[in-house]
Amino acid sequence: MKRLDSCVRLAAALCMALGVLTVSASAMHIAEGYLPRPWAFGWMAVCVPFVAAGMRSIQKRVRDYPRAKVLLAMCGAFAFVLSALKLPSATGSCSHPTGVGLGAILFGPTATTVLGLIVLLFQALLLAHGGITTLGANVFSMAIVGPFVSWGVYLLLKKLKARPAVAVFCAAALGDLVTYVTTSVQLGVVYGNIGEYLTIFAVTQLPLAVAEGLLTVVVFNVLEKYARDELLELSVL
Amino acid sequence: MKVWQKNTILILLVILLAAAPLWLCREAEFGGADGMAAELVEESVPGFEPWFEPILEPASGEIESLLFALQAAVGSGVVCFILGRITARKPDNKDA
Repeated sequence: MKRLDSCVRLAAALCMALGVLTVSASAMHIAEGYLPRPWAFGWMAVCVPFVAAGMRSIQKRVRDYPRAKVLLAMCGAFAFVLSALKLPSATGSCSHPTGVGLGAILFGPTATTVLGLIVLLFQALLLAHGGITTLGANVFSMAIVGPFVSWGVYLLLKKLKARPAVAVFCAAALGDLVTYVTTSVQLGVVYGNIGEYLTIFAVTQLPLAVAEGLLTVVVFNVLEKYARDELLELSVL
Repeated sequence: MKVWQKNTILILLVILLAAAPLWLCREAEFGGADGMAAELVEESVPGFEPWFEPILEPASGEIESLLFALQAAVGSGVVCFILGRITARKPDNKDA
């Protein structure tokens, strides 16, 4: 009996050690269980209308321009790759881009909410990265605030007659950065010292936001040359 | 400048951006930012316990890197497949 007891204790200690290790090994988002229940459920509730609007927007787009389906898949896949790339930053820690700027520019912010939700679900369910309870908060920062900022910046710069590539760069980079500012604020309003969370997330993110902007321009350049018709159809250009 | 030339320069810049921190801060640990945030939460709330545990956790660092590699592979596979199909057509815009 005693041996069994110590075995159980050892196993529990191992699990805890593993848990701590995996928590510190991952690189972004608010970790599972780290937001108090009212906040966790509150953020989920905030996200619901955006996801619903996104579903409708995607349905409409696909019905009106069936050709756009392929590009939508590509935007989702782009977010998938970029959010798997954990890059080192000048602060000596790692984080990753979000990749949602491209979707926001091509398909608008709410359609991108759906794409971001898929990426975050994959990471929360399979990678213990982010979490189910913090899914609402993470969707809000990465798949709502980020895309809305990217989309707004792109439209503004387009109005100001900036070159498309410049507009795409600024839109993607700022959307990425603001995502992490949002994460910092989400943690800061609950636990205090927003400033420290900003240093952890937003400052780390600065060079990564630039990287995301550049990579988004790479894809955009190809689309601008070879898929101009689709871009015109989606009124991107 | 041709599109591929522009894009090569842009990708080189991204590689530089990613490599520079490794040179500049050689003593750094390069841990994950969200792990640091989690630590900060634990510091500011004594006795903090997350109220929910991840449902599935990768069994080890190796499995985790497998899943991350899979995520990147699937994503870049789809992106490149679609870009490949698009670029196989005639350019819509010859002067870009």
